[in-house]
Amino acid sequence: MNSAEFLLWVRGPGLQIATVIFLIGMVLKLLEILLLGRKKNLAVLRSSGVVEGFRTIFTRSLPADKNTMKRSMFTFVTGYIFHIGLFVVIFLLTPHISLFKSVFGFSWPSLSTPVVDFFAVATMVSLLAILFRRLTHPVLKFLSRGEDYFVWVLTFVPLLTGYMSYHHLFFDYNWMLATHILSAEIMLIFFPFTKLTHAFTLFISRWYSGSIAGQKGVKS
Amino acid sequence: MSETSQATLERGVQALKEQIDSTTAAFFSSCTHCGMCADACLFHTETGCPTYTPIHKVEPMRRIWEQEYTLVGRLKKLLGLSKKVTDKELEKWQSLVYNSCTLCGRCSMVCPVGIDITGLIRKMREGMVASGHAPEGLIGASERAVEIGSPMGVRLPALQAQIKHAEQDTGLAIPVDEQGAEYMVLLSSMEIINYPEYLQAIAKIFKQADKRWTLCSEAFEATNTGIQIGSSDIAAELVERVVAGAEKLGVKTVISPECGHAYTALRWEGPNLVGREFTFKVQHILEVLDEFRGQGLIKTEGVEEAKLTFHDPCQLVRRGGVVEQPRNLLNMIAPNFVEMDDHGTMNWCCGAGGGVSANEEADKVRIKAFDRKKHQIKDLGVDTLVTACANCRIQLEDGLEIHDMDIPVQGLTEMIADHLLVSNVSKNIEEQAS
Repeated sequence: MNSAEFLLWVRGPGLQIATVIFLIGMVLKLLEILLLGRKKNLAVLRSSGVVEGFRTIFTRSLPADKNTMKRSMFTFVTGYIFHIGLFVVIFLLTPHISLFKSVFGFSWPSLSTPVVDFFAVATMVSLLAILFRRLTHPVLKFLSRGEDYFVWVLTFVPLLTGYMSYHHLFFDYNWMLATHILSAEIMLIFFPFTKLTHAFTLFISRWYSGSIAGQKGVKS
Repeated sequence: MSETSQATLERGVQALKEQIDSTTAAFFSSCTHCGMCADACLFHTETGCPTYTPIHKVEPMRRIWEQEYTLVGRLKKLLGLSKKVTDKELEKWQSLVYNSCTLCGRCSMVCPVGIDITGLIRKMREGMVASGHAPEGLIGASERAVEIGSPMGVRLPALQAQIKHAEQDTGLAIPVDEQGAEYMVLLSSMEIINYPEYLQAIAKIFKQADKRWTLCSEAFEATNTGIQIGSSDIAAELVERVVAGAEKLGVKTVISPECGHAYTALRWEGPNLVGREFTFKVQHILEVLDEFRGQGLIKTEGVEEAKLTFHDPCQLVRRGGVVEQPRNLLNMIAPNFVEMDDHGTMNWCCGAGGGVSANEEADKVRIKAFDRKKHQIKDLGVDTLVTACANCRIQLEDGLEIHDMDIPVQGLTEMIADHLLVSNVSKNIEEQAS
């Protein structure tokens, strides 16, 4: 297989396979959660908890208070940088938008490439800092399992290969681009079966949490 | 107690499986191991010990969820790749699930993906009881609660002596088993033994508010060890007694005393434990007092000169939604009331809730965890500490004494009672009594 064939494959069948596995996997994952159901709360509630659930979906993107932010400063700073960075890189880069357009049939404005480039670098730096902390901080070292590192690799490699192909670094452009697409596809394939699912399930989780608290009259 | 005598690993795993619902699955699916819950837990902040990271305390339950309720987990199990939860493992987890967790709920407030970690630990305890890995201290307290009616072994005669005492001191009648009273007042054993002021305060306040209230000789204990140890069966049995007493007397409202978990047990878990809605209302005493205040039923005179602060019992604020009431009440009588840096729903636990105080094995870490509160109090430089939970109060007194801090701790209800405007009625009573 030469580089052109490789690129053709990852852009065609490769992408299809990855997308199908991702979609079916995520539907299964969500069903796995929601079908378990839960019991009705028989206590006299201060509120139905519906609105509070939605409220918490938003408020949990922010620190609970100033002291919480101070105590977990590293997690907040690196967390914001790499999540916002990932969003920008994935959804606001021109070639990515073209891809989405070819799939969904509609597009949205992109950011200029140097700006996206800046976000890509910031995201990678932030992810490296997070990895370093995972390897050294007593709590994170203790908590981390193989999956935590595996998922880090799944997230980091598409960023790195994307950056390298854009800047024509080290390798042949076609090979690099194909590798970049393949790494993103591998990430998609593993997505529904690893903690990457939090990108979707956190909405359910936050809603439940906010709702449970809200029913008791607690703002969480 | 049958629950613990027949305890096996299988029953433990079964009990944990029964606890797993869509919330549990959403929570476990969302954890990214970011470690922020550790920063919110006083057992971690005060000891620096990573094993106290809240989400780690439910790791065996997470594995059971993964192995039984997820595609990947089942596949791994089929291929023999998953590590089964063992009895030895649960035994090891006992100290994490009981000694170093007060179910205070602080971790649940900060988790960025919104995991109610405390709720999970509460569920985890069901499995610990069923597998025979609850701490001795809590097993003993539960046995006494079921057999005697009080975790501390307080029987009716002890209460009757207390009542007699209170009647002599206040000159007011303490109603017992009064049919059709509006309020049924519950007590915690701790209040019967250590803080008789509470019952006297109730008598005075209800006299001034001119509300009919009663104690129930068959259901006077509010604490619920079943909630603390994590046995729904025991918890339900204890709640049933209160329900039976309240229904028999036909009261409109049952008042949970100055106790944190008793409120959670009755107000939030109670109806779910017995499987039906209550025919009466459940309120914490502070909610009732704040209502009286709002209706102008209690009038106070004089103020507390001391600079004081309020220690929020976790089960009242974070887990119960009683946040403003103590502040409203304190503002009536305490012009020098100041707030701790972290207060209200983000308050730090005293370190002794959730059964920790009844568990001797936790003594050392409980005292260590108090350091957080010690610093909060020192930073503020207050002369008096006010709270609304007898269990917090014991821990606060204990901790302050250990650190040679001479700061009195008072219950809010009795503080209000101390400032009641002496009406003609009570003046008469005082004259008669003297």
